[in-house]
Amino acid sequence: MNSYSLPPTRTFAALEQAARERILILDGAMGTMIQTLNMTEEDFTANGHIHGPGCRHHQSDHPQKGNNDLLVLTQPQAVEDIQLKFALAGADILETNTFSSTTIAQADYGLEAAVHDLNVAGAQVARRAADRATAEDGKPRWVAGAVGPTNRTASISPDVNDPGYRAVTFDDLRLAYGQQIDGLIAGGADLILIETIFDTLNAKAAIFAAFESFARIGQRLPIMISGTITDASGRTLSGQTPTAFWHSVRHARPFTVGLNCALGADAMRPHLSELAGVADTLVCAYPNAGLPNAFGQYDEEPEDTARKVEVFAREGLVNVVGGCCGTTPEHIRAIAEHVAGYAPRRIEETADA
Amino acid sequence: MHDPLLRLSGLEPFVLTKDIPFVNVGERTNVTGSARFRKLITNRDYAAALDVARDQVENGAQIIDINMDEGLIDSKQAMIDFLNLIAAEPDIARVPIMIDSSKWEVIEAGLQCVQGKPVVNSISLKEGEEAFLHHASLCLAYGAAVVIMAFDEQGQADSFQRKTEICARAYRILTEQVGFPPEDIIFDPNVFAVATGIEEHDNYGVDFIEAARWIRQNLPHCHISGGVSNLSFSFRGNEPVREAMHAVFLYHAIKAGMDMGIVNAGQLAVYDQIDPDLREACEDVVLNRTPANGGNPTENLLDIAERFRGGAREEKKRDLAWREWPVEKRLEHALVNGITEFVEEDTEAARQSADKPLDVIEGPLMAGMNVVGDLFGAGKMFLPQVVKSARVMKQAVAVLLPYMEEEKRLNGGDQRSSAGKVLMATVKGDVHDIGKNIVGVVLACNNYEIIDLGVMVSPQKILEEARAHDVDIIGLSGLITPSLDEMVHLATELERENFDVPLLIGGATTSKVHTAVKIAPRYTRNQAIYVTDASRAVGVVSSLLSNTQRDDYVAGIRAEYSEVAERHERAERAKARLPLAAARANAMKIDWTGYSVAEPAFTGAKVIEDWDLAEIARYIDWTPFFQTWELKGVYPRILENETYGEAARALFADAQAMLQQIIGERWFGPRAVVGFWPANRDGDDIRLFTGADRSAPLATLHTLRQQTAKRKDSPNLALADFVAPEGVADWVGGFVVTAGPEESAIAERFEKAGDDYGAIMVKALADRFAEAMAEMLHQRVRREFWGYDPDETFDPQELIGEPYRGIRPAPGYPAQPDHTEKRTLFDLLDAEANTGVQLTESMAMWPGSSVSGLYIGHPESYYFGVAKVERDQVADYAARKGMDLEEAERWLAPILNYRPEATAGLAAE
Repeated sequence: MNSYSLPPTRTFAALEQAARERILILDGAMGTMIQTLNMTEEDFTANGHIHGPGCRHHQSDHPQKGNNDLLVLTQPQAVEDIQLKFALAGADILETNTFSSTTIAQADYGLEAAVHDLNVAGAQVARRAADRATAEDGKPRWVAGAVGPTNRTASISPDVNDPGYRAVTFDDLRLAYGQQIDGLIAGGADLILIETIFDTLNAKAAIFAAFESFARIGQRLPIMISGTITDASGRTLSGQTPTAFWHSVRHARPFTVGLNCALGADAMRPHLSELAGVADTLVCAYPNAGLPNAFGQYDEEPEDTARKVEVFAREGLVNVVGGCCGTTPEHIRAIAEHVAGYAPRRIEETADA
Repeated sequence: MHDPLLRLSGLEPFVLTKDIPFVNVGERTNVTGSARFRKLITNRDYAAALDVARDQVENGAQIIDINMDEGLIDSKQAMIDFLNLIAAEPDIARVPIMIDSSKWEVIEAGLQCVQGKPVVNSISLKEGEEAFLHHASLCLAYGAAVVIMAFDEQGQADSFQRKTEICARAYRILTEQVGFPPEDIIFDPNVFAVATGIEEHDNYGVDFIEAARWIRQNLPHCHISGGVSNLSFSFRGNEPVREAMHAVFLYHAIKAGMDMGIVNAGQLAVYDQIDPDLREACEDVVLNRTPANGGNPTENLLDIAERFRGGAREEKKRDLAWREWPVEKRLEHALVNGITEFVEEDTEAARQSADKPLDVIEGPLMAGMNVVGDLFGAGKMFLPQVVKSARVMKQAVAVLLPYMEEEKRLNGGDQRSSAGKVLMATVKGDVHDIGKNIVGVVLACNNYEIIDLGVMVSPQKILEEARAHDVDIIGLSGLITPSLDEMVHLATELERENFDVPLLIGGATTSKVHTAVKIAPRYTRNQAIYVTDASRAVGVVSSLLSNTQRDDYVAGIRAEYSEVAERHERAERAKARLPLAAARANAMKIDWTGYSVAEPAFTGAKVIEDWDLAEIARYIDWTPFFQTWELKGVYPRILENETYGEAARALFADAQAMLQQIIGERWFGPRAVVGFWPANRDGDDIRLFTGADRSAPLATLHTLRQQTAKRKDSPNLALADFVAPEGVADWVGGFVVTAGPEESAIAERFEKAGDDYGAIMVKALADRFAEAMAEMLHQRVRREFWGYDPDETFDPQELIGEPYRGIRPAPGYPAQPDHTEKRTLFDLLDAEANTGVQLTESMAMWPGSSVSGLYIGHPESYYFGVAKVERDQVADYAARKGMDLEEAERWLAPILNYRPEATAGLAAE
């Protein structure tokens, strides 16, 4: 069942080689970039013409405005253009626009049936952007298939009267993630990025599903794992400390482990430092552009974000950096410039207390 | 190479380091080992079963073993249920779980329920290599460490030979075929009962210990565990002897390399404290030795065992000191720590001493929840703990509920049993609902009826449902930015549809400012209120639905929000800067036609001697003196202040005493210089001339202009605006005063004598003297030296309100924030020679008790703040001053409304 004995994919070694040489750059936020396009319901559904890559037609009674993942089918050029901008700004790794492309998350939009197409198309769109950027500047680019947390928690009950109840089970998640990861691989993703993890049990189901997908294709893709810490207590939503989180996901033997989203780079630094101190793999960090202001906008300037992310590099905490909510191509450019002079973190033997 | 270590986790990490000789695995949540636990599980008394788990963790179990292998129950379901319940108990879930079953399907079900890294107990070669490989691979895919029983196709290993052979085989398969990390392998070489009377059993203790030693030496990085209680099976009923046997066994097994064991952490004798006779007898049995007096070790132990029967050691008691506290504190403790055990009796006690049952909720329970909210806000509690507190709250409310209903019935009130109906929804276009669900949970725990419409709810649906259910409150949640607009839209709809219920706003992107500025003004019939986090929801909702608190609460919110909105508007205005040209176009336009001002009595600089300290003291403004001591309030009212009037009076008395000494003993030698020069405005600068004909330029005073966007009629000021342009005779003055350099020597004397209070006092008074001199000198200037107001008659204390004509702005203060203008002023006055006051490198004056400034005489002049300025003005200003842009930016750094390029790289250092 486990994939350790499977041969790595062709790009795996190239990626590892690149990561040894320098700090790699992950792209910035898709969601907040899409918001700036001010798309309407009609834009989101392409006036009702939702087609998969095989011309399968999808329909839903639900409003689709806000279903950003759908845009890989209905506005692929807009998504590709954003990704291309990130790539040309310096991103080595482009994330697919598939954060919510699972049957569980798409249930809210009535588009469960479109999930396979969303992932295949999501990977294809990012691949096109990556190839265009490479054609332009000759630098290699990789596509990371983004796997979000879904909107359900496997270890927290939504019902107070029944703390033992679960709105989603491990197997529900495993199947949904498996379908997503199969689609991402089919569409040409080079990596699997399990991100914004607020409940580690969800992530463990995704890891399990990735192993199953790898077994199906007989090859092993690099996995990136990224948790999120939003509490002042310094724990995940489901209550784990960063080190406990690492122990829970270490069996994935991930290409990187790290943190994303949350409260901006400053607030992330102590938790990232803890993680970098215990993880015997590469470390990745892609914070939000600071905290959203009172109106929900991220107004941290590219230079500000970059300077804070540079601190990660200076302290030797990171191998891959990028941006989450609120980061634009300008942020990514600034981040890339600021970390360019620093050596990537070396995987030391971890210090045991 | 560093030795790889076993790393597990619950909510917190656990690493089996070299410093931990032995890991206690709690055994009491095991239905096969604990009759009590079995009974609790078969009776489905999960609350008590959780207490058993909690006790183990409190008693020091570093891992807890959970076993549901009982023929009469659905083991798989029981495992799922119990693990899910444990996940909701942070004080249990903090440690890693050992999922213990002889059935693989139960183990796998358990693996799907834990977010931490658990241990599987156990798998083995019992069913052959294929099944073993399969199970081991799955354990790896689920991310678990694993206990391997020394068991193969032939059966359980009993001898040293079999134990070591099976373990070595399993190790090879795991590490070579599965890729299992060796540090995650824990061998259980089988602890069997000794002293059973059967000869073949006599060496079981030794076999285990020696196998453990061999395994640790030959199979790198792995660990050894075992179920210790099996050992003493034949002494059932004699706990002291069993404990002694366990202690002796562990003593030797740990030395051999056993580093983990399933033991009752609360019941373990200490090797050194065992009665020596008993210890030796146990040792003979465990190590299969011939006793010192000859004979059989088992019979020997049986002989002395009876002597030790009874006298069972007491279980370690939990710390219940908090039970002695007053009931309010007990309730708070229970809420903060999520303890449900006593909450019913405590709530009942609180109810009996309260007037009404509701008072218990609004009083001690709400106070406790506020503590929870504070701790959460400070990062000292995390979410699962807060949810648990809410559950304690729920139990407390459940106790009060029947009394409240009874009270209502007696009052002839309605029969509604809920405290109020709250509709909750994640707004259209947004699917994030975790935060909303938590708020729902917390409110439901407080007896509010929750009508949860889910995610992506259209405004129409919210309005319809709110009306259909006649809800008391509507709560909206959203995480993404567009949700904010949806909330504004909904507020507008509520207003239009004549709703009159409070609207709660929450979620990651929402904020008090947004609610106050954008949402609340759209919904005037009732109030939109921002709720920081789930822990605050109860307080807000209960205030809104309380007949006695509602009005004050809403009035408070209204006042607060209108202030927030106003502050926001001010801040927004402050951000907008005008281009310099536009600011100049909006300069103050004084009509200078026909303006004339007295000619000063002298031009150039003049030293003022013969200061009378007693006279200066009359001009002291005492309010800033109290501020120096961090007593805020206006003199003389501050002396009567309720809170710190007494402190202020004592301080004032000491000041007066020292003041008399200063005057009587002439501690200070005040000095001053004042000067006037013919002056005219030139743009934003003021040109000074040597003579009355204004032909020979003497110096230029540079001023900065406000660039803030002004409301109409309000000018963008610069000090130059108050000076007449060329063609009109005007003058500008300047001064430097000091209480004298003596102050620092005196302060030093106090310090050396250990009298810091005296040192601060003398400096504070010297400052007041300098300020008073400036005030006094300004009056003389108006009356005499410049003389434009010769008949002014304000008395010294009246001057504090600045009722007079003209101003004396100081470089480095808001009207001219550039400290370097002091240099020009000092040169004009030759101030260093004339007063002894020197300018430091950073343009500070030494001694500190000195004041300098310009005199401007126009009746319409007043003090203002330049506030932040833009790059265009700084470039212009630097050019006028003949200064590098970079240097100007350095001096003006605090008032730059932009990030200067030169320093951009330095700021992060």
